[in-house]
Amino acid sequence: MSIYNIKRDHSRFRQIVKGKIKQDLKKYVTNGEMIGRKGKDLVSIPIPQIEIPRFRFGDREQGGTGQGEGKAGDPINGQPGDQQDGEGQAGNQAGEHMLDVDLTLQELAEILGEELALPRIEPRGHKTVKAKTERYTAIANQGPNSLRHFKRTFKETLRRQIASGTYDAKNPIIVPIRRDYRFRSWKTDEKHENSAVIIYMMDVSGSMGDEQKEIVRTEAFWIDTWLRSQYKGIETRYIIHDATAREVDEDTFFKTRESGGTLISSAYKLCEKIIETDYGPSDWNIYPFHFSDGDNWSGEDTRLCLDLLDKSLLPMSNQFCYGQVESRYGSGQFYKDLKEHFGTSHERVTLSKIENKEGILQSIKEFLGKGK
Amino acid sequence: MSSGYESSALTPDLTRLRDEIRAYAIGYGLDPFEVIFEMVDSDQINSLAALGGFPVRYPHWRFGMDYDQLSKGYQWGLQKIYEMVINTDPAYAYLMKANNMVDQKTVIAHVYGHVDFFKNNYWFSKTNRKMLDAMANNAVKIRGFMDRYGQDEVENFIDHCLALENLIDPFLPFSTPKKAEHRRNDPRGLTEEADEKPAEPVGRLKIPHSYMDPYMNPPEFLEAQRQKLQDQNKQQAHNPPSPQKDILLFLLENSPLHDWQYDVLRIIRDEAYYFAPQAQTKIMNEGWASYWHSKILTEKALKDSELIDFCDHNAGVLAMAPGKINPYKIGVELFRDIEDRWNKGKFGKEYDECDNMVAKAKWDKKLGLGRKKIFEVRKVCNDVTFIDEYFTEEFCDRMKLYTYAFNRRTNQQEIVDRDWKKVRDKLLFQLTNMGQPLIYVVDGNFQNKGELLLQHRHQGLDLDTRWSRETMRSLSAIWNRPVNVETEVDGQKKLLSYNNGEFSERFL
Repeated sequence: MSIYNIKRDHSRFRQIVKGKIKQDLKKYVTNGEMIGRKGKDLVSIPIPQIEIPRFRFGDREQGGTGQGEGKAGDPINGQPGDQQDGEGQAGNQAGEHMLDVDLTLQELAEILGEELALPRIEPRGHKTVKAKTERYTAIANQGPNSLRHFKRTFKETLRRQIASGTYDAKNPIIVPIRRDYRFRSWKTDEKHENSAVIIYMMDVSGSMGDEQKEIVRTEAFWIDTWLRSQYKGIETRYIIHDATAREVDEDTFFKTRESGGTLISSAYKLCEKIIETDYGPSDWNIYPFHFSDGDNWSGEDTRLCLDLLDKSLLPMSNQFCYGQVESRYGSGQFYKDLKEHFGTSHERVTLSKIENKEGILQSIKEFLGKGK
Repeated sequence: MSSGYESSALTPDLTRLRDEIRAYAIGYGLDPFEVIFEMVDSDQINSLAALGGFPVRYPHWRFGMDYDQLSKGYQWGLQKIYEMVINTDPAYAYLMKANNMVDQKTVIAHVYGHVDFFKNNYWFSKTNRKMLDAMANNAVKIRGFMDRYGQDEVENFIDHCLALENLIDPFLPFSTPKKAEHRRNDPRGLTEEADEKPAEPVGRLKIPHSYMDPYMNPPEFLEAQRQKLQDQNKQQAHNPPSPQKDILLFLLENSPLHDWQYDVLRIIRDEAYYFAPQAQTKIMNEGWASYWHSKILTEKALKDSELIDFCDHNAGVLAMAPGKINPYKIGVELFRDIEDRWNKGKFGKEYDECDNMVAKAKWDKKLGLGRKKIFEVRKVCNDVTFIDEYFTEEFCDRMKLYTYAFNRRTNQQEIVDRDWKKVRDKLLFQLTNMGQPLIYVVDGNFQNKGELLLQHRHQGLDLDTRWSRETMRSLSAIWNRPVNVETEVDGQKKLLSYNNGEFSERFL
């Protein structure tokens, strides 16, 4: 037997919960949860519910019947109405760490996009045609009878007859002629895939403390999430640098703490090399992000950096982003230098200062608000 | 529809198994409808469960909501639907493709228990056994309305109707058939009723011999009867003539509805009536099915190697969480208790009046009436009469049941009592009217202004005020005039009113 496709009801329900449609139901939404288990952690799985109002008794007044040990006056362990599914004993695990698992990253990105009013990114680069699919969604004037679209043909005939005055509402006979016939036809969907790479660069010199790294980590996560929602198959590369630069994996990127001087140009050079070897700018959307506390070793190196940006990095990239994390030890000079050189409204350069954790959101908006 | 929504027929193995178990069931005296088993995957069974077991329903977000919860519960391994069967003839039941053989056996046996119950229990006797088609037709109809009047418009009206879904009278199908049928589209129903004036003068008692007439029908008596009839006729002008529990019917007959709204409300009402017996017999129905799956499997169908798996799963199904009642457990235990008592003759005056506890415990008259008795019980009882008649002190003690209540001082639910009569009464209270407040429509022309007056018959529990207000909003959307509910709050009679977006209350 065929089973009715419930997915549409499901998405309608989700939309109501999100407050997108049928606003008046929003007030009936209750936020229940189920307690699940993922490895050692308990996870809270939110199950929003909309209760349709009914005439009913007050909740707590009601009391009820139960089963188990205990004498009069003993509290019931596990209050009625609690979710008590599963085999684990709910109750004695309270206080353990709970993770919320409701949102997929895709949904998270959507929320981020809505919240910060981020524009959809216009990809550039060659659109490589990935796949062609044919779907019968179009209507054609010619076709085999087996594909005749009755409703459209009928409408067409009706339209013609009304227009030509041969339609009689009292005797509604519809006679199609050859040119009224409409047929189902296919459309070819071409799927394009755009590829993107994010290159994160981070200053790990002695002046970048744990707090600064935490800010970089959080910001990088959100940027990653957003860009991933925009491009399929996004790649990420990580570079850390002090006086020299090297490429590392994600884990190392966020955990390393080096000490020593800072030569920002070393990172830019490595970045340039990675792009040149692996990511042809004509096929790739390239996003270099650089985070630092703004302390560079010398003015000479800064000049070298600007030169690199002007000559190679900027022409290759969609957008170059520099985020400066406020640090007790940093001078913040590099931000000023970049600003002086590129001005505040350069087409491909985005500068942002992140003063503390609260500044992250604003900074993301500055980075991604241009839609490039 | 794509193949993802297509269930498949039984495998040859399972077909053999089904035939085998059906034969056992019939051998024990069960009398089920034909059952059509469909194989489904987890997503399909979650969809089906959300749709109340029916493969085709009208579009509504609440099905999506139930699906959301069921599929999340399944994904996280918290809950799993083992068995689902719908009350139709032939009955449809669903088997999960992923279940192992022991589970399939258990489910098939369990299903035959349910289907026997559907077919033979009195309270199901008035249900529409072609509901599969009816539901599909309802779906087509409502979808058509949505195409024509807009999804939001129709769905909002459905929401309003659902708020009143519980305002029906489950006993109505068992009263005179004429009353059960609504009359809007059937004016003939009215004239027929008018034609059926009794030929006898009203109120005259029927007597076997004419010489008794002056004694049994003296003039004063006839006068009183006439007066009574006049009063009745006066009341006929009043709408409804007497308080009516089927409020949905009253609304159907008297509300200013568009034709499509009338159809939607009728559909909601029909479906509510269809599901009502299931709510009325939850404990019995599950108990009966569990009784038979245990019996069939342990006595016949189970292989030695499958015993442990069976016990494991069976224990899960029958487990009781503290503070909650599991209808499967109470039901099956009570059936077994009845069987045991009637096998041993532990009933009747002699047994009840015996105060020697030792003798009572050892009581065994070897009557062997148990099996016959439980078949009788499954035929005539619903949950209320089942508990009322067969719940005993011994059973209550053995099951360790208690009543609890909320203690405002400690802010928690606490055990109140283990006295079996109190437990029984509490259970009965929860089961009566399916745990819903008793509400009647009293007047369709309240204060002579065309307002609606409902009356809540207070039985010790107040209505939830917030929910009442919201429900009145829906009621008024259908009635199109102000609505009023007479209830009791903290021991004082109160009239709640809703008029065009405004709520008001006053003491009576």
